[in-house]
Amino acid sequence: MTFSILVEVTLRPGIADPQGTTIERALPALGFDSIRGVRTGKAIRFSIDADEEATARATVDDLCRRFLTNPVIEEASVQVEPAIG
Amino acid sequence: MTATVGVVLFPGSNCEFDVIEAINTLGGDARLVWHGEHRLAPFDALVLPGGFAHGDYLRPGAIARFSPIMKAVERFAAEGGPVVGICNGFQILTEAHLLPGALQKNRGLTFLCRPVQLEVTSSRSVLTSDVPPGQRLRIPINHFEGNYTCDKTTLAELQADDRVVLRYVENPNGSIDDIAGICNPAGNVVGLMPHPERAISTLLGSNDGCHLLRSLLHSSSSDRHPAGADATAAAAGAGRLRSEP
Repeated sequence: MTFSILVEVTLRPGIADPQGTTIERALPALGFDSIRGVRTGKAIRFSIDADEEATARATVDDLCRRFLTNPVIEEASVQVEPAIG
Repeated sequence: MTATVGVVLFPGSNCEFDVIEAINTLGGDARLVWHGEHRLAPFDALVLPGGFAHGDYLRPGAIARFSPIMKAVERFAAEGGPVVGICNGFQILTEAHLLPGALQKNRGLTFLCRPVQLEVTSSRSVLTSDVPPGQRLRIPINHFEGNYTCDKTTLAELQADDRVVLRYVENPNGSIDDIAGICNPAGNVVGLMPHPERAISTLLGSNDGCHLLRSLLHSSSSDRHPAGADATAAAAGAGRLRSEP
């Protein structure tokens, strides 16, 4: 089976996110007064062939740990869905 | 004997010729090494220069870590060969797990490019072996991701083992414990964010970088490490660039 993967890499809680802070600071000038806690990250999409979802997830978790994130400062959330078509 | 220094060129490195010029000015013999090589000529020391290896894609150093030459760099380091990572080179060494911790974005949200005051805080690295602790150096920084961080256990180890080799006198980027440079337990692998190669002449504002680079050359020409290089790679080929297959 082919699975569609979405990996979101974000800075771990407590790690400064200058990009998010800068975006948040700009918001009042545009009239967005109610927005708080802006955090930025990276979205990485790809597809993967695996026998079942659990196998796909295990491979992606390993990929995240060894390459897509630096575990000292980053963490990842992974979405796995059967590929359409 | 003249110390030979391999300066690893990644796609996107941009300080390699400054490092070569500085090393050669101080009496060493520095040559470029292409990142796509699998073997190292028998160098006495290696420098990973600053820049934006592989465009800093994903994270600074994240892709460079997988360059073919890095396996040879890891072997060289494991055998005691002096390896210095400057700026982006420091980021690559942390990504390659040759040094602990990580470099995150500067606290002040800005790219920093200016001279800073540093204090040498340990002489137990190849880059600071000739410099007495307490000595202050004026050397430029030039980075966005220079804010060193690590977990509490790692920080305690670095402090207890005297492995913080350089500290900022006035912390410019939020770096934990004012850290500007660290070394591995053996002292032969060093990473620092400041650029000593840009401080080798008073015409450039400072020649304080000479203290560090001379230490490296002295450490390299001594017999403290075995020839960590692959002897089958001809020295003659060391400076030649070759495109990737």
